[in-house]
Amino acid sequence: MTSGPGMSGLILEEALLWEKGKKGRSAFSMPQQDVPEADLDASLLGAAPDFPDLGEVDVVRHYTRLSQWNFGIDTGLYPLGSCTMKYNPKINERLAATPGIASAHPLLPELSPGMLRILFELQQFLAAITGMDAVSLQPAAGAQGELTAMLMFAAYFREQGGQRRRILIPDTAHGTNPASAALCGFKPVPLRSGPDGILDPATVAAEMDEQTAGIMLTNPNTLGLFEENIRAITDIVHGAGGLVYGDGANLNAVMGIVDFKRCGVDAMHLNLHKTFSTPHGGGGPGAGPVCVVKRLEPFLPVPRIVKTAQGYDLHSDAPASIGRMHAFFGNVSVLVRAYGYILSMGPQFLKKASQLAVLNAVYVREQLRDTLELAYDRPSLHESVFSDKRQHAFKVSTLDMAKRLIDHGYHPPTVYFPLVVPGAIMIEPTETECKEDLDRFIAVFKEIAREAETDGERLRQAPTRTKVRRLDETRAARTPCLIG
Amino acid sequence: MRYLPHTPDEIEQMLAAVGKRQLDELFAHIPEDCRYRGDIDLPDQLSEWDLLRRFQDLGPQLSLASARAVLVGGGSYYHFVPEIVRSLAGRSEFVTAYTPYQPEMAQGTLQAIFEYQTLTARLLGMEVANASIYDGASALAEALLMALRLARKKRTVAVSAAIHPHYRQVVRTYLEPGGFRIIELPLDETGRTDLTSLPPPDELAAVALQSPNFFGVIEDMVDAAPTVHDAGALLVTCFTEPFAYGLLRSPGSCGADIVCGEGQSFGIAPSLGGAGLGMFACRMEHVRNMPGRVVGETVDLDGKRGFVLTLSTREQHIRREKATSNICSNQGLCALTAAVYMASLGGTGLRRLAKLNYDKAAYLKNGLLASGARLLYRGPTFNEFAVRMPAGFKEQRRRLMERGIVAGLPLDGFDPALQDAYLFCVTETVSRSIIDELCKEVQS
Repeated sequence: MTSGPGMSGLILEEALLWEKGKKGRSAFSMPQQDVPEADLDASLLGAAPDFPDLGEVDVVRHYTRLSQWNFGIDTGLYPLGSCTMKYNPKINERLAATPGIASAHPLLPELSPGMLRILFELQQFLAAITGMDAVSLQPAAGAQGELTAMLMFAAYFREQGGQRRRILIPDTAHGTNPASAALCGFKPVPLRSGPDGILDPATVAAEMDEQTAGIMLTNPNTLGLFEENIRAITDIVHGAGGLVYGDGANLNAVMGIVDFKRCGVDAMHLNLHKTFSTPHGGGGPGAGPVCVVKRLEPFLPVPRIVKTAQGYDLHSDAPASIGRMHAFFGNVSVLVRAYGYILSMGPQFLKKASQLAVLNAVYVREQLRDTLELAYDRPSLHESVFSDKRQHAFKVSTLDMAKRLIDHGYHPPTVYFPLVVPGAIMIEPTETECKEDLDRFIAVFKEIAREAETDGERLRQAPTRTKVRRLDETRAARTPCLIG
Repeated sequence: MRYLPHTPDEIEQMLAAVGKRQLDELFAHIPEDCRYRGDIDLPDQLSEWDLLRRFQDLGPQLSLASARAVLVGGGSYYHFVPEIVRSLAGRSEFVTAYTPYQPEMAQGTLQAIFEYQTLTARLLGMEVANASIYDGASALAEALLMALRLARKKRTVAVSAAIHPHYRQVVRTYLEPGGFRIIELPLDETGRTDLTSLPPPDELAAVALQSPNFFGVIEDMVDAAPTVHDAGALLVTCFTEPFAYGLLRSPGSCGADIVCGEGQSFGIAPSLGGAGLGMFACRMEHVRNMPGRVVGETVDLDGKRGFVLTLSTREQHIRREKATSNICSNQGLCALTAAVYMASLGGTGLRRLAKLNYDKAAYLKNGLLASGARLLYRGPTFNEFAVRMPAGFKEQRRRLMERGIVAGLPLDGFDPALQDAYLFCVTETVSRSIIDELCKEVQS
């Protein structure tokens, strides 16, 4: 095995929280009872929560051990396609923890005008980066950003006097696209992408009509390909009175390179936890701001953050608005990190980040094209999609190769997505990986492909160096055990 | 730029390896009429030190950091956060991991979320909890959508007027395009929701209550549950202050079918209202209609205990437009933070701290009533309550603000009829001397 980071470490066992502790122990410094005890109606009183009582050292060791079973971008290469696992700068964690920011109360924004300023400026930054006109920072994640945009589409057509019921979604889209559209009463109409992996304008023209609200288009798409016909497609949609939604999940490929308004996009969401380096936190919190063109601005969620002669203020008097998407202003602590990132990068290095993200991805694609089957052999951007077609002969699947990568100390790429490529392996290295780490990853992948030919069983048994081996997911779903 | 490791030589080598001479050539296939023109209109990059200075300069505009006490809640609460919570939840193995799609290298996140689900279910008296939703407001909207799915043909939900006004707004936003009917239930003089005139059972899918409600009043859920069930509806309850269930009867033990709310109080900074934590729990019989991710226990090839994301056939990446929700991300790190916080307090600690919140709020309530304030509602409250303040309080509040005490939240912004009404919140972070100082000012 190639010498690399995938060596076994010291993995300590650790029980579940409630298998530890002793009643009466505590890890909390209890404040003084400096007021008299007050009575409470016995009918309202509940039993004390059935939580284990743990000491401070119990809690510290528990979570330290758990953390050591986890792999993050700080641990190593995490080339998870479509997820943009770039480095999460430490300084942005500190900014979000700044006392004035952490203590800002959402119902007292007048006491934290600096927060409104940060949010207003971030709105402007995101508008500048995408080319769009106006921004709402409320959506808490990409899927909520999509939902926000679909709600705006529905509101727009209501105002136009005729609700439209269909929406076009290519087969390469994330599952969140059809789910978000369905929540707004739109019936998703799937479109097949062409043999070259991108959408043919004729396919759109055949389905677009006066009952169709428009199209949801991910660009670059989930095959890492730029939808080169986007102008023709958006003209067709606009020609039939429809609107164009751009899923910005893959913005990391094209900052400073593509202008989405020029492409004909009317609304798009961004994933700040992808392109703008905020940490994924094991599944969130993210942030999914929505950027729109002028004619959709009246429909944006309220409150809007606006600039006034005196400073910054909240504006809720917007009769066409879809309303509120979040209890307050969205995942502000995430927004602050993205603001810090954009200021650290400036216009020059944001563009450079996109260029290098594409360079890294294309470099890996070219180095692996003789090892794995390339799904679409045409210019690709920030990620490339392979398949396990060549390994079928040896009864080795994408999953087996992915699991074997774990033994070598790498997080596997995204597997079995997009659905249009059977056995897909989607590699997105991002720009923060250096050449020698990519070279090592490439060498390991080649070694695994050789192993597939000679010792397939070893792959099918992988991983073997982790705390647990392959887990029985069928059992988990058939007899769910969701709490302990 | 320190986040970009490529040296000019390496860029050249890599370009050569892919048959290009310049970086721009990688984008040659992007049509001219899609191109970004000119440079992005953004400020020039800042060094780490200049970035810190820019935030330091914002300091005076972020004055709550220097406040002595903020007696405001309304959905976002100040509680002490033990250093171990910040320190452990800040471990970068947790912070910088993605959704645990490869369970063998994400057992830390998975076990922590399984434990979070368990503690949440125990706190709320429910059979199952999910891995979290965006925030309390969207959790309530998702809960009502779930109830509408379970009720099949029924298209009406009844929502208490004492649910946080912002939550009700989010519910409207989520439910409107589906054409669902939302009825608002009025309050009685105690500040509890009046359930005497519910719509007919063939229409009503769910009744939503918040307890403690926006005015701090504890709803009588023991009475509410049979009334709601007799009306053929599911009882959905929500909360903004999970601490209440350290002391009060859990919604599950009162008969609630779906329980959801905001978990920010459990170790998460207010941060202008986000990122928070949408907690979500239901009965096991409804689990396949529950929105959001969920972690389950299983075994590995050797029979060893392990955890995975499960029941994903409900979710959008499998079911697409037929999914139970469009939700993908959860608030993973916030859920983990809340779990560390709950573990730090333990059952004994949570009960004591909840009682202390209750005692302190009662102390202020008594003090204000003795100083001329009148209760807006006379129902029992937890750590928040609404009062009409005597004339001149506006000026007193301004003076207290100058001394670093934020005395209550004016309610006239939510309802013009609530002139002179304020919502006060007292947690363990407010000392008796602050409460005494406040009451003295009101008496002056």
